[in-house]
Amino acid sequence: MAWRIPAALKTTAFRLSALYLLLFAACAVMLVLYMTAMSARLLNDQTQEAITAEASDLGRAYSRGGLPLLVRMVASRSRQPGANLYLIADSQGRILSGNVESLEPGVFDVDGWTQRPFSYKRFGEGSPQVEGEREGTLTEVDRNSDGHKALALVLRLPNQMILLVGRDLGEPERFRSAIRQALVISLGTMAFGGLLIWFFVGRRALKRIDSVSAASKRIMGGDLTGRLPVSGAGDEFDRLSENLNVMLSRIGELNDGLKEVSDNIAHDLKTPLTRLRNRAEAALTGKPKAAEYRQALEATISESDQLIRTFNAILMISRLEAGYSAEQVEPVDLAEAVADVAELYDPVAEEAGVALTSRVQSGCSIKGNRELVAQALSNIVDNAIKYSAGSSEAPKVEISLAQEKGDCVIRVRDNGPGIAEEADRHRVTERFVRLEKSRSQPGSGLGLSLAKAVMKFHGGKLDVLSANPGLLVVMTFHGQRDSE
Amino acid sequence: MKILVIEDDKEAADYLKKALGEAGHNAHVAGDGDTGFAMADGGDYDVLIVDRMLPHRNGLTLIADLRAKENVTPVLILSALGEVDDRVTGLRAGGDDYLTKPYAFTELLARIEVLSRRSAAKEVETVYRVGDLELDRLSHSAKRAGKEIVLQPREFRLLEYLMRHSGQVVTRTMLLENVWDYHFDPQTNVIDVHVSRLRGKIEKGFEKPLLHTVRGSGYMLKAG
Repeated sequence: MAWRIPAALKTTAFRLSALYLLLFAACAVMLVLYMTAMSARLLNDQTQEAITAEASDLGRAYSRGGLPLLVRMVASRSRQPGANLYLIADSQGRILSGNVESLEPGVFDVDGWTQRPFSYKRFGEGSPQVEGEREGTLTEVDRNSDGHKALALVLRLPNQMILLVGRDLGEPERFRSAIRQALVISLGTMAFGGLLIWFFVGRRALKRIDSVSAASKRIMGGDLTGRLPVSGAGDEFDRLSENLNVMLSRIGELNDGLKEVSDNIAHDLKTPLTRLRNRAEAALTGKPKAAEYRQALEATISESDQLIRTFNAILMISRLEAGYSAEQVEPVDLAEAVADVAELYDPVAEEAGVALTSRVQSGCSIKGNRELVAQALSNIVDNAIKYSAGSSEAPKVEISLAQEKGDCVIRVRDNGPGIAEEADRHRVTERFVRLEKSRSQPGSGLGLSLAKAVMKFHGGKLDVLSANPGLLVVMTFHGQRDSE
Repeated sequence: MKILVIEDDKEAADYLKKALGEAGHNAHVAGDGDTGFAMADGGDYDVLIVDRMLPHRNGLTLIADLRAKENVTPVLILSALGEVDDRVTGLRAGGDDYLTKPYAFTELLARIEVLSRRSAAKEVETVYRVGDLELDRLSHSAKRAGKEIVLQPREFRLLEYLMRHSGQVVTRTMLLENVWDYHFDPQTNVIDVHVSRLRGKIEKGFEKPLLHTVRGSGYMLKAG
């Protein structure tokens, strides 16, 4: 099996994996975006709160100790690690103190919150803290000049002094970029995982389907004995294959049946046709008398009648086996049907010196076709009378109808020679099978196969058993199912 | 008897026409459904023989159309379809009898004669008489020359059918269909055995035979 990409892309497995992947990715992105936005807002709020607190702190210091205290406090605070932005300016905007180096113009024009890039000095967070720090020990770690923004609060103090307290927004920015990175990594992992799963699952499914396709191609090629592979996993592929295999078996059976019929037709219709032709030909040769012509013609007619009979029986069997139309299905009283057939054959049996008895239990009713049941039963009874007539002891045929476990069972038992071999007993219900011993008896060899087809049509079965001595034919009609 | 054969197979139609003529009937032929309908509707025929599959108008439609015009001429349907269902649909369409191809001409002849002479009077008569044989349909009894004949129910029905059609040939198939209500072909000639048993009952001890075997066709019940 070639593992080709275009074919792989066309598989349902791939399409489904791709769809799931896209959906999950979209959900993940949405979730992360939402979380980022929420945390950024939270951080912002916190920053604002901190700034406000700081500013009001400084404002109080100014009103308590005036400018010198404020300047001192700002100077000390701005030297702390991770410090905020501090600035004190006079009314003209000249910077008096603080860690902000330069300002964009117009910062002090508006009171309140402002957000813009600032340039300021900042001291390392991890640097050793020394009591009573001096100017000289201060190391400038972060000179913010790459334009990250800071959030600042501009406050006007009494005396036209301006106080600015702010905080670098670099931290939330870093937070955001960390989340972004996490998102990219997780999405990447997800895509990779999805591809991996699709590769294995999809390839496995594709492999199974390809093997089924290959098997079905072989079968279509004419190998009707071939079957689809079943892995034994019991999954949906197996179930599908098993069902298709049952279907294939049924098709095979029907095909065999068809072949058998055509073989049989070839043999059992061609033979009498040849006889017919020979007879007509023989009548034409020489100079026969009128009476001889007549005799030949009569023989021809009776031969063709037999042919028609055989032909009708074949047609009927195949129609029954193909599933007869249900239009002629009605309630049939089996007791009545059996009694009628027994009565029909009574004089025949008497003439043949066979004692025909029937024991009928009433109350057996089935859904079916009265004529078909009668025809099947009369074929069986006809056989029984024919064969028991050759019996050494007093020949007899017993017909019985009984209800057994919800099934209606008709038994026809004779005391004729019977059929010793079980395989032969099984074989007599096949079309045209006439056992060697019975070749001398008239008949088409279709009687029992017709009976079998009739039983199959009624959802029942026909069994040919040994009655020791003699033959026992059992017609079983399964319990009254109204659905039939 | 004036008979119309509606059959599209010319050879089969000509054969029927010739054979019916030899049997003493006057047969006409129509080659398709429409012509057949026009002829059957206009002419005063005793029996129609209609093939099921016809050009222009299907045989069953033709019969239904005739019946719709209150034409009650007896119809014998001829068909290659012989399944139980086909026969039922044929009779339901208004046909009076159904014969499957291929058929024996004697069978066809016997059936059309029975069809043409089927009379409503015979259906309601309570006592049938043929010679000195008498059958009472109400009391279910039969007598010959005043002497009671004991019959089984089926034998009674057999005799009843034969007497209703006395003087006409009835075939084995007709007996099987009308007395036993079976339309299949039993392998052994069961009917012959039943008839000979009945013959024994109605003829034993009497000089004149009543139940005659018509060679190649069937039986006929007639006096003398």
